Formats: sequence, structure tokens, C-alpha cells
Amino acid sequence: MKLKHWLFAALAAFAASGAAQAVTLKWAAQNDVLTLDPHSQNHATTISLLQHAYEPLVRYDKKFQVEPALAASWQQVSPTQWRFNLRKNVKFHDGSPFSADDVLFSFDRIRQPQGTMQPYVTGVTGVKKVDDHTVDFTLAGPNPVFLRNLVVFHIMSKTWAAKTKSEKIQDYKANETTFASRNANGTGAYLIKSWEPDKRIVLAANPNWWDKREGNVTEVIYTPIKADATRIAALLSGDVDLVTDLPTQDVARLRQDAKLKILDGAENRTIFIAPDVGSAELKYADVKGKNPFKDLRVRRALNLAVDRESIRRVTMRGLSIPGGLMIAPNVHGYAQDIDRVPPFDPDGAKKLLAEAGYANGFEFTLNCPNNRYVNDEEICQALVAMWARIGLRARLVAENMGPFIAKVQNFDTSAYMLGWGVATFDALYMLQALARTRTTGADGSFNFSRVSDAKLDQLIDAMKVEMDAKKRDALIRDALITVRDQHYFVPLHYQLRPWAMKKNVATVYRANDAPESRFARVD
Amino acid sequence: MLAFILRRLAQAALVMLTVGLIAFSLFRFVGDPVLFMLGQEATPEDRTRLTLLLGLDQPFYVQYAGFVARAVQGEFGISLRQVRPVSGMILERLPATLELALVAAVLALVAGIVMGVYTALRRNSWFSQALLALSLIGVSLPTFLIGILLILVFAVLLGWLPSFGRGETVDLGWWSTGFLTASGLKALILPSITLGLFQMTLIQRLVRTEMLEVLRTDYIKFARARGLSDRAVHFRHALKNTLVPVITITGLQLGAIIAFAIITETVFQWPGMGLLFIQSVQFADIPVMAAYLCLIALFFVVINLVVDLLYYAVDPRLRIDRAAAAH
Repeated sequence: MKLKHWLFAALAAFAASGAAQAVTLKWAAQNDVLTLDPHSQNHATTISLLQHAYEPLVRYDKKFQVEPALAASWQQVSPTQWRFNLRKNVKFHDGSPFSADDVLFSFDRIRQPQGTMQPYVTGVTGVKKVDDHTVDFTLAGPNPVFLRNLVVFHIMSKTWAAKTKSEKIQDYKANETTFASRNANGTGAYLIKSWEPDKRIVLAANPNWWDKREGNVTEVIYTPIKADATRIAALLSGDVDLVTDLPTQDVARLRQDAKLKILDGAENRTIFIAPDVGSAELKYADVKGKNPFKDLRVRRALNLAVDRESIRRVTMRGLSIPGGLMIAPNVHGYAQDIDRVPPFDPDGAKKLLAEAGYANGFEFTLNCPNNRYVNDEEICQALVAMWARIGLRARLVAENMGPFIAKVQNFDTSAYMLGWGVATFDALYMLQALARTRTTGADGSFNFSRVSDAKLDQLIDAMKVEMDAKKRDALIRDALITVRDQHYFVPLHYQLRPWAMKKNVATVYRANDAPESRFARVD
Repeated sequence: MLAFILRRLAQAALVMLTVGLIAFSLFRFVGDPVLFMLGQEATPEDRTRLTLLLGLDQPFYVQYAGFVARAVQGEFGISLRQVRPVSGMILERLPATLELALVAAVLALVAGIVMGVYTALRRNSWFSQALLALSLIGVSLPTFLIGILLILVFAVLLGWLPSFGRGETVDLGWWSTGFLTASGLKALILPSITLGLFQMTLIQRLVRTEMLEVLRTDYIKFARARGLSDRAVHFRHALKNTLVPVITITGLQLGAIIAFAIITETVFQWPGMGLLFIQSVQFADIPVMAAYLCLIALFFVVINLVVDLLYYAVDPRLRIDRAAAAH
């Protein structure tokens, strides 16, 4: 049955391409996917592969603006009700037609507690079928970034799930896997032909796709290669065509290679230091009974003492954009005129410390991951040296992400490094998680440095529901400036994540670091 | 004999229980798997819910008892990273690791013995000196560096061999083999050299020393006095007697090869158990790590048992001693 289906698909692809040769793109990155189930794991690599096979109602275009995908159009019936008109004549890879039932089914499925993808439909209280090609989403409250949340809400076929007994995402207790975790059946530009864990994933172009592929790639072979050196060797030896997750120290050398080219791009991620600005007494400090980071002058000194240009040049080997805001330039809400990089001014910093009563500096702990962000530990080492120049004695504790994040989440730190990517490409996502007073749910969900500012809370709560774009942008701007001027964080830079490829490969850079093969050309 | 085996099996079970316990208690320091599963952006409620679902809120000894109870039945639970049964994942990776280890071991054994014999017989030739110098490199260079150097030379510069992976494989039932395709065989060359190089140099040096020792003994002198050909003296008399310690070492090293395949597999993206283990560590995937360590412990225990039995069979003196002790 399955074999027959693939044969048919292959034949169709053959016929559609006018007997042209298959164009193969061999792509290597660091990690393998965890599952093929689109509602199971909120994991970057998994999502970046699955978006080839599964589609959402709305997707990002090349500039990360929302454009129609499985929904041909939509309108807002009321501030809390959105109506989607579904695209007609769309078929899943197994041939079953796409309809409103599949949206309803997928909505129920993604909300199952075994999965970790619910954040993408938070705030949606219900989905109602109006007719076979119209659905209504009801929201708990007005949500200006609602559509941006939906881009990873992938639609699965209800009939296929029933046929393969994949209605449940995963039952941890039952000790078995569902069919959908090893097989995919979406509506997307590519179908997943096979997945051999840690070896390869083979994708083939979907000949019946409703949209047109911009590129010419008809087959994608994805290979996870864990070791940095091996991944680069694979590209140099010609075994693969495209490599993402480049180690920074190799980028300059790859640029020199006549057979290769580098596609530069900025990821939507800010790397920053979060000092504990809320505790009454700073942990691990030699100042007892008070918290120096509560003093704006000390926080400003932290920022002035950092030589971001040196970090860019030496530590990052040019692969960063020094920044003064907590969101990267490709995130909505960013504005060049407010992104003022704090000047490198150690003398000024020293003066501020003296004014605050810490002429001799003080001691604190800096927690850093050493396997998460580009050159994370090295950046922290540089910071320790820079702060030492103004008398601040930071003790560096660099660990694997696991123990590191456990400490941070238990507030067992006086300052820590973090990188924040913005999945929705909207500033609210960062402000709400990092700068909103911590309560329940998404409010302050990653605010472990105890930022609590009544003015910010008010601004953030207002922008959550403000539907007027202009007013909302003003709120965001105000909040970003407040965060900047209060020096709640030490923003360092926006990470650059170039991709390397052979000269004959062309594709569009994606700021979420997830290549989409529909844009790729191999000539 | 039976009592001997039974006693060894009981010891083996104890060893594995201990390994499991140590593994389990160590892994608590790797980090919270729930965090990895949910990612940075999850809410605290999500985390609590999943922690309860996975039983990670229970005390450590309860979790361990559950693990042992299931492990006895061959069940190692569900991988937290891939959400699949661990036993299936390990079984899927087993062929790749075993094939690699086997080729590496055979390579190490054959090349090691040949080189060992040669360097013992032609002690002063320049070629022997060169081989010895080379073996020094093999002993002292770390595996990952050797792997990277081989990739650089044979994949990047010369372009003769693939830089990573296992090539095309053929499925024989649940066993996927790379022995039956050209690309599979080609892909085996670099990793197996990398993996077996240390053992090869070890065996070479062992054989050489033993051989030199044996060549000095009286019975070799007598054999020469009897006018036997060099060939008979060297290979029928001397080599045979050097092999007893070689068997022991090879047996023990086979376990080491399987266990240390971790590094080689990571360098070459060889889809075996070692690679699985490394990725599980980074994800704090406790069930997979515990199962892998128990399996490796099992390998060591079984290999040790087999070596003991072989020794028993090969060396008649052991049997005589034991028989004498019984009287």
C-alpha cells in the first residue's frame, strides 16, 4: 500500500518534471530531528525539517511577514474572533483532501498535554467549523500577534491519523510510539520519504503541491553531522552542498575557498547578560545586606564597561552585530534610532561605581552556558576581564546548558548569560518573557533576574491587546527605551549565523536559521 | 565448570546493578530533562505537568527501582529525547557499532600481529624502526585527532573516501549491514582505522616483546639445534607461544573498542550506539544513558567470561592446577 503510493508519487514527480533529472540538495547541520510528529516537540531542528512537509494556515514570506498558506484569506469578525477561509483543492500527500475537519482535529491534537507545542495556540479558546472550508477561531482576548503564533501550528490529516491510529501524540506510559512519529503526511512542498535516525532524512518534491516552488530542488537529503570539523570537512570534500550551524572559527577560511560561498544573515536572537536586579541581597556577592544591581548607576556601569566592538572582532570573529536593544533588527518593534550601543567608557563606569558607593567594586558570580550559543563561554571570559578593569570581580561559572539553566531557573545566580530568539518576530515575545513582572503563564516566564517595573508591566499588558498597529508600535517603542535606559540587561550583540554552500547553490537566508528548500536552487 | 560460570554470572548481575545505580545517580547532575523537552519558552505549569507525567517528581530510589524492574524484562523505558522505546533505539544502533568494532578489532589483530612479528624478527632493519616510531604515534595521538587527520587527507585533500556516515546499508531482518555495498565498505575504512589504531599498536608492541622473549628461550634454541627451518621455528614454535597473552588482551580490548567507539562515532557521524549516547548526554536523556551503560557493562562482563573460559581451554596448566587442588 505504502510502497504503491510512493511509486505513484515518484512516477508523478517524474512525469511532472518532464523527465528532467532530479535536482538534489544535500544539506548538513548539527542535529537530527527528534520525531516526525508535528505536534510533539518544540525543537528548532525538528520544526525546520517538518515545515517542509507540514503546513500551517498562515506562513512567513521571505521578509517574515505573514502570508496565506492553507488559509487563502482571513478576516477578523470581532476582536476575539478570526475567520479563516481555507484553500480549496489542497490534498495531503496520501491523496486525502484538506478540509475544516483537519484544522479542528489538529487543534485538538496540538493541545494534548503529551506534546510541547501548545504555546503556538495559547489564547485560542476554541475552533469552530462554519462549513467545509471555513473555520472560526475564538480567542480569550484580543491578540495582535495571533497570526504570527499560528505559523508553527501544522495541520495533520484527520482521516490519515485515524487510519494509522495516530490521534494521540504520544503516550509516555504505554511505552510505544505512534505511527505519526515515524511517518509524515502533510500538505507541504516536500514529502518525507525516509528518516534513518542520525543518518539521513530524504525529502522528495510534492508534485501536487498547491503552490509553486521558487527553486528547482526536487530532492533533499538532510544529514545530521554532530562534530563541527566533520561537518566542515563534508562540505570541503563535496559530500554535501549546504551546511548550517557553522563554527565561527571556520567561517573566515570557508570564505577564502573558491568552490564555496557564504550566505550571511542575522539570526533573530539577542545575546545578553541579566543581572539580578530584584533580590534584596545579591547572591554570591561580598556585599552583604543589599543588592548593588538595584542601583541604576551600577547597572549603567556594567553596560559602559563592556567593549562590544572587541567582542565582535576578537571573540566572534566578526560574526555579530553589537547591540543596545533586547531585540534583533529583524524583529518587529526594532528601530535603528533607539538602538544605541552603550559607548565603551571604563572611566565613566568607574566614576558611576564610586558614586554608588562601590569605589572598590564588589564580587559576584556570572553563570554562563558553554554549549548553547555561539562562543558563549569565550564571551563570558571576555566580560570578566572587562569588568575587572572597573573593579568588578565576576566569578565565571561556565557549564553545560543542563546544569546552567537549572541554576538560573532556581534563581541560584547573581548574573547570567542568555540568548533570546523571537519566534513570533514581534517585540512582545521578548518583553513579556524577560521584562514583565513574573506572575503566571507567559508573563515573566523567563524573567529570572527579577525585573519588576510598574511602568513596563503597564506598557506590556497594553500591547498584548492593543489592536491599533500605530498605538501598539508606540507602546513597544516606549517599553524598549525604558528597558534600555533602566539598564535592566546588558545586551551584547545580535548573533550572525551564516550558512555555507557550494557555488552552484542559491537560497534565501532565513532569520530563524531554518533553510526552506522551496527557495533553493542547485544549478 | 558450571559452578564457575554461575558464579561469574552472579557477579555480572551485581556489576550491572552497580553500574546502573552509579549511572542513575550521576545523571541527576546532568540537568532537568523536562527543560530540554519543553524548551526555554514553556510556562512553569507546562513543566510541572510533564514532570508529573514522566514520574520525575518521585524520589531517586523509586525511579531506580522502577528502572531495574523494567530492565530485567528487557525494557528500558521511553527515551525522553525521541519519545521512543529505548530498547528499540539501541537495537537499531547496535549493528553499526558492532560492525565497526569487529572490523577495527580484526584490523588491529591482523596488522598488529604481522607488524609485531616483523619488528621482532628484523629488529634492526630501518623498516622495523619506522613501524615502531609509527606505533608511538598511534599510542600517543588522541582518537579524535587521528580521525580528523584521516578525514583531512583522504576525504578533503584526496577525495578518495567519504568524510562521514555509513554509506548505503542493506537490511537483513532487523540487522542493517554495510558489508554488502561498495559505499558501505568504503565508509568503513577510515573509522575502523581510527578506532583500531590504538589496539593495533598495543598488539604490535605486545607481540614484539613476547616474541623476543620466546626467541631467547631454550626450546627455541633446541629447535634451531635440531636444524628446523627458520620458518618453522618462528611461526610454529615461537609465534604460537606468544599468542596466549595476545588472546587475553584482544578479548579485553574488544570491550574497550565497543565502549570507546563513542569518540570515533562522533567524529565520523557513524550512526551507532556511541553517537546515540553522546546526544543523550546533551539532552539529559536518562533512560538511554542508563541503558547504554548497562549494555556496555554487559559486553565487558560477557567478554571477560569468554576470555576466562578460553584461557581455561587454551592453557592446560590451569586445568591441571585446579584438578590438583581438588585432590
